[in-house]
Amino acid sequence: MKIETIYKPDLSTLRELPYFEAKVPAGFPSPAADYEENQLDLNTHLIKNPAATFFVRVSGDSMIGAGIHDGDLLIVDRAIDPKDKNVVIAVIDGELTVKRIRIRRQKITLEAENINYASKEVREEADFQVWGVVTNVIHSL
Amino acid sequence: MNEVLALVDCNNFYVSCERVFNPTLENKPVVVLSNNDGCIVSRSNEVKAMGIPMGKAAFEIRDVIQKHHIETYSSNYTLYADMSKRVMQSLFQFTPDIEIYSIDEAFLDLSGIHTPYHEYGQIIRNTVRKWTGIPVSVGIARTKTLTKIANKLAKTSPKANGVLDLVDSPYIEEALRRIAVVDVWGVGYRIARTLNKAGIFTALDLSGADIGWVKKKFGVEGVRTVYELRGISCYPLEQNPPSKKSLAVSRMFGRPVETIEELSEAVAAYASRAGEKLREGKLSSGLLTVFITTSRFVEKQYFNSYTTEFPVQTNDSMEIIREALCALKKIYRKGYEYKKAGVLLNNLVLENKVQGNLFDSVDRDRSKRLMNAIDAINCRGICPVRWAAEGIEKPWHTRFKHLSPKYTTQWDQLPRVS
Repeated sequence: MKIETIYKPDLSTLRELPYFEAKVPAGFPSPAADYEENQLDLNTHLIKNPAATFFVRVSGDSMIGAGIHDGDLLIVDRAIDPKDKNVVIAVIDGELTVKRIRIRRQKITLEAENINYASKEVREEADFQVWGVVTNVIHSL
Repeated sequence: MNEVLALVDCNNFYVSCERVFNPTLENKPVVVLSNNDGCIVSRSNEVKAMGIPMGKAAFEIRDVIQKHHIETYSSNYTLYADMSKRVMQSLFQFTPDIEIYSIDEAFLDLSGIHTPYHEYGQIIRNTVRKWTGIPVSVGIARTKTLTKIANKLAKTSPKANGVLDLVDSPYIEEALRRIAVVDVWGVGYRIARTLNKAGIFTALDLSGADIGWVKKKFGVEGVRTVYELRGISCYPLEQNPPSKKSLAVSRMFGRPVETIEELSEAVAAYASRAGEKLREGKLSSGLLTVFITTSRFVEKQYFNSYTTEFPVQTNDSMEIIREALCALKKIYRKGYEYKKAGVLLNNLVLENKVQGNLFDSVDRDRSKRLMNAIDAINCRGICPVRWAAEGIEKPWHTRFKHLSPKYTTQWDQLPRVS
């Protein structure tokens, strides 16, 4: 694996004002201001819609093939419309589950990513709802 | 100007919050109880259909709860506050002109929206439901009082599908006829009784009432209500509600408290929280009131309060706790079972508008730095700094027997999926 660019993380939440502002004569704009880059914020990178974004905790290994492990943290965006092959949080018969959704013609299937688990076709009469679309996995090493 | 307003109101809000994270509760009877698991503060539609009223004491209907397998929850205010914030955030994309009226209601200004209002209401409703999981109803009309009525009908009429548009509608009369006058915004039971005696039973009756008579009986507020029912707006959207004039922290105790030691711990904790609230709002207070009270249901009843002035308006927790404990000593009487205590702060001003005092003996800068440091630590929340006076165990703490997890605000309480 090759790392192409290394960004500087923002470690300075308690940062004072940038040093050059203090030196600028009153009322005169800083020439450096145009070159100051935004710091990198993981929140804004990972969360597009804060009102609709929730964190959930994984238990079990049914999605291990998708890189989702027991105890991992999932970032879930409810505002996104689920598309075929998305990893979603679904409610089926009252239970929250994480699975890959397959939407083909009129048929919806929830697929596990672990050979020990069977895929589940969502029958029409089932109590089913997509709770949200998983956008990221946070996995501790 | 002919404005168009919408009232967005969350359906059975606390129950709906619980259902988002616990979908097994869908279609089941669910209630949420107030502090101390005292009485019902939120009911699912299934419970409403059983005829169980709002505010009913839980112990009075224990049998009914068991018989009908009603799922019972303690108030999880942390969760409800976070979900409320999310609902309000999702509303802001429809218009920037919003008045957040309560934890589960907001008025939106829809003037100048070109989509048909009913359609727009449906978009609002669907979006909030999808983003947050919370079902809402939308009432649209020319005045706040009429949006309240539209909203109520939107909730109850199956045809409305959650949205009712009464803007210049031929059905306004019919809508007003269906609303009992006691359910009109601003009309309470007392006023309704007087109105009933005068032959006014519905919102329609009230909208046709004689203005002179209404003014004589109920003053200018009454007149405003009548005009609002007639479609003339008297209560505009308040986007910058007047800054808070007072702030209160009070709780019922989980069990009766008798000793001054335990009472002191509770009062100190409330004073400390009140100080935090002041600093969150960048406010300072000039006047402090402490009150203690026994339950209304015991034989030996006692209520007392004491108010004291700060020499200089302050938001220093140390100073607030010190004064609160002095006040408590003045009103405490031995031999009573106290059920509730509270700390009220009045005369609030912005902290940068505090008037100095020549004889002030407190080092204000030093105290401010200390408060900032403490708030910064507590904000991170791992091991909060507490004032010793608050006590560690807090045996008087409010009782929450059926509390659900703080699904959205605590790492160790997130919803689990498998």
